[in-house]
Amino acid sequence: MYVGKKATRVDAYDKVMGRTKYTDDLCDKGAYIAQILHATIANGRVKSIDTSAAEAIPGVVKVFTCFDLKEKHYFPTAGHPWSTDESHQDVADRLVLTDRVRFYGDDIAAVVAEDEVIAAQAIRAIKVEYEEYPFVLDVLDAMKDGAPQLHEAYPNNILKHTTIRKGNYEEAIKEPGLIKVEGWYDTPTVQHCHIENFICFAEMTGDRIKIVTSTQIPHIVRRVVGQALGIEWGRIQVIKPYIGGGFGNKQDVLYEPLCAWLCMQLGGHLVKLDVPREDTFVSTRVRHAIRSHIISWVRPDGTYAARKLEAFSDQGAYASHGHSICAKGVGAFPQLYPCDNVECDAYTVFTNKSVAGAMRGYGIPQAMWATECHTEEVAAKLGMDPIQFRRKNLMPVGYTDPFSKNELYSDTFNQCIDKGMEATDYLRKYQAYQNQTGDIRRGIGMAVFWYNTAVWPISLETSSCRMVLNQDGSLQVQVGETEIGQGADTAFAQMTADVVGIPMEKVHVVSCQDTDITPFGTGAYASRQTYTAGFSIRQTGSLLKERILNYAHELTRMPPYNLDIVDGNIVRTTDGRVLMTLGELATEALYSLTHSQHITAESTAQIKSNAYSFGCTFAEVEVDIPLCKVKLLDLVNVHDAGTIINPALAEAQVHGGMSMGIGYGLSEKLLFDPKSGKALNNNLLDYKLSTFMDHPRLRAFFVENAEPTSAFGTKALGEPPTCSVAPAIRNAIYQATGVFIDEAPVNPHILFRRFKEEELI
Amino acid sequence: MYDIKALYEAQSVAHAVQLLLEHPQAQIIAGGSDVLVQIREGKRAGKELVSIYGLDELRGVSFEEDGAIRIGSLTSFSHITKDPIIQAHINVLGQAVDQVGGPQIRNIGTIGGNTCNGVTSADSASTLFAWDAIIEITGPEGVRRIPIQDFYIKAGQVDLRPGELQTAILIPKAAYEGYQGHYIKYAMRNAMDIATTGCSVNVKLSVDKSIMEDVRIAYGVAGPVPMRASTAEAYAKGKPTTKAEIKAFAATVLEDINPRDSWRAAKDFRQHIAVALAERALTESIRLAGGMIHE
Repeated sequence: MYVGKKATRVDAYDKVMGRTKYTDDLCDKGAYIAQILHATIANGRVKSIDTSAAEAIPGVVKVFTCFDLKEKHYFPTAGHPWSTDESHQDVADRLVLTDRVRFYGDDIAAVVAEDEVIAAQAIRAIKVEYEEYPFVLDVLDAMKDGAPQLHEAYPNNILKHTTIRKGNYEEAIKEPGLIKVEGWYDTPTVQHCHIENFICFAEMTGDRIKIVTSTQIPHIVRRVVGQALGIEWGRIQVIKPYIGGGFGNKQDVLYEPLCAWLCMQLGGHLVKLDVPREDTFVSTRVRHAIRSHIISWVRPDGTYAARKLEAFSDQGAYASHGHSICAKGVGAFPQLYPCDNVECDAYTVFTNKSVAGAMRGYGIPQAMWATECHTEEVAAKLGMDPIQFRRKNLMPVGYTDPFSKNELYSDTFNQCIDKGMEATDYLRKYQAYQNQTGDIRRGIGMAVFWYNTAVWPISLETSSCRMVLNQDGSLQVQVGETEIGQGADTAFAQMTADVVGIPMEKVHVVSCQDTDITPFGTGAYASRQTYTAGFSIRQTGSLLKERILNYAHELTRMPPYNLDIVDGNIVRTTDGRVLMTLGELATEALYSLTHSQHITAESTAQIKSNAYSFGCTFAEVEVDIPLCKVKLLDLVNVHDAGTIINPALAEAQVHGGMSMGIGYGLSEKLLFDPKSGKALNNNLLDYKLSTFMDHPRLRAFFVENAEPTSAFGTKALGEPPTCSVAPAIRNAIYQATGVFIDEAPVNPHILFRRFKEEELI
Repeated sequence: MYDIKALYEAQSVAHAVQLLLEHPQAQIIAGGSDVLVQIREGKRAGKELVSIYGLDELRGVSFEEDGAIRIGSLTSFSHITKDPIIQAHINVLGQAVDQVGGPQIRNIGTIGGNTCNGVTSADSASTLFAWDAIIEITGPEGVRRIPIQDFYIKAGQVDLRPGELQTAILIPKAAYEGYQGHYIKYAMRNAMDIATTGCSVNVKLSVDKSIMEDVRIAYGVAGPVPMRASTAEAYAKGKPTTKAEIKAFAATVLEDINPRDSWRAAKDFRQHIAVALAERALTESIRLAGGMIHE
């Protein structure tokens, strides 16, 4: 058995030796280089573009502007499965180049040149005339009557407003003796900062176009490029090689349509589009900044009588993933701490800023910031121990969500909290850190998180798998689920080896997805790769095994039910005798003069289930009050992700998520100039992504309650690790200083302001 | 791929001077950790470059005949940190430049480039100001030496005339003998960052270690160029090493510094941090000098 073992990554050696090929490595050196001219106003219209000086530069192939679009094919960009129901389709509001500018950084023209230096010179030589409109950067301002409007179809800039109503909030708050706790909780605009910026290249053969791209979602890219260019989807081939991270930014169709369009304008010549870091920050996708307003009415015994949440999600200039993010976060609110009377309002609102899309956690880090900051404040107001208060109110075992049918099967929250307390020596430290004085103070705090795996029943869940048996008894496996650095290929190899009954080294996972040959799948998002692919791998592996054993029956004359494949051998189960190796069988099957057969299997699994994946974070900090600085001393995440397929990879995944949470909690924020809407810190110096030097030793623990709905007992672990880190750190800072900070990131600027307000400095 | 018009490699200091005179528009490039970034940003795109990176004569730390410490302008940050002369006499400089960027930048970046760039946040600059550094400049007329305060003209501009290059930084014997110092870089993260404020303090104590005979303090990012806080220095001179005097000294820096409000940090925040850093850096300097802080 390989599932549950620390198997070495299938791509480890190539990656360490630098042999792994990424998009840029695969592009022919004769490619034309495309660069994009971005708008330098936040809202308005392009009146004219003078390209004459740019086109006069030797080596410039051609300059294309928004006025060169002959046909306007508006397209959606979200990496969601397509819906054949029009009302569930994503908003189609993008063009490959636009004359209607909606944010500082919108794409208005593109240069194609012989190399990047010439392209950059040409970009600087283009002159643009704009008609400027007033712009709006704040979500609440954008909703006001009379605010500048971004899209005609969405009055008051509201892309969508959804509600949840349970019980009767207005009546419930009349109960005598209730304590009211109210707060506003803000999260910042942050960026994924994957190490490989977005890059793609396109070229044509005949009337077909091939696009090689750094994406998480090759099959979705094919569909969207078809929509954006107005061509048949079958004419498009999308290839996804290894990628240097995505974290959700590449769960959006970014510049593949533009690159393909430029290629087609140039007779199918190879065109490469490599987005610089500065533009990746501004013009790809960011995480939605969400302002949350929570009111809780609590009884003195620590139970909730009524609760209310309003969330205002900053969509930026275009719909992208849109309301899905805010809706997911708000949907968690009535579930995490169930209460009989709840009112929730979720708003997703356009502003003249960078477009928000998917990012690791998909609305849950924002929701957990609001919820877990608030929970700490409620406990403090009641004078209750924050962990006891949580245990009293958290989702109980057996809770079932009527919509998704997700069920909490095990006592996950208490088990995770217990493990976190033990790992951090919580009780002793919590006591020791009470009522400190002095300049340097320590604190310990925690936060829990809610998450669910995959997207059923909101969207389609499907996975297809193909297995092909080789002469030596090894096999190739292909799935539409993508390796994006998380280790999916290794988990797939472990699962395949177990299902078919062969050694893991005999499983060759075809890492690269090519829409011409890879079975259909929607790609990496929603922490679904292991859960979802597990179904099709198990189903297809079983099918393959059945075919192998049927062939073994022909060769051995033994009934298939008395045969099995064990460690790559055909074994008679009745006495355990090895009858032949799988290699001998496969060779005979291919070359047999009596019955030649290419043994393969391919199948689709549609998944109509989904699974909760919960856990918590514990953080210990040291706060230097005069210097307004926080030092992280310890950080522990505990997850119940069901059965862990590969403990080493799982731990690494948790570390990565925690690292992202550290930046979210303490330092990262993309800033926009209020006077122009221009991003101020769109580079890795001024944008304070946390470094190794800002990290304590990260520690990950697991509670393994096998998920009953899952093919291998596993469930989400990709995004959960980043969901509760920031509020845990914030709650530790509260214990150290007695100061609540409701705005992330808790950087020295915020601490200075709050410490002054609370007269600590 | 960088947009560079031409690259001329100097074979000697004299050759560098000649190349700079022949190509008056050219930009000097040493380690390149600033210049290449600026070219990529488009600011210095399409320029001619004169590289002095091959001039080993400008590398290393040594003593002058008069006891001054001579630091060749091309000496990398990591070499300064590990240099025995620096460690023995002005260890704080090695510690300060060890906080520049990350390890790769400290291997390629040079102290000459750090100062010639003319930015207020340079990690070496505040310590060099605080130790009365002298800048040696070589040009067509020969060698001239000026105090570092005079070298900085304004933000991004230093006193390098046509054909000139910086060849060394000198710390006079009187400036280091008997002094101990401490530098605090205040930044938003612990690596790969520029200073929000940098504060370098040094002190010379009386024989019985109870009196501050001399205190020098300099800041980065407290004004458009690195600066000394002379009012605070004058205040501290002759005062006992007590907590109260250290606090009073720190508060006095507000009379000298002039940080600005920007999206990177607010003025009142920078002022608050400047005072807190002065107090801590002086306290640590006194401790390093063998003194005690009295109540």
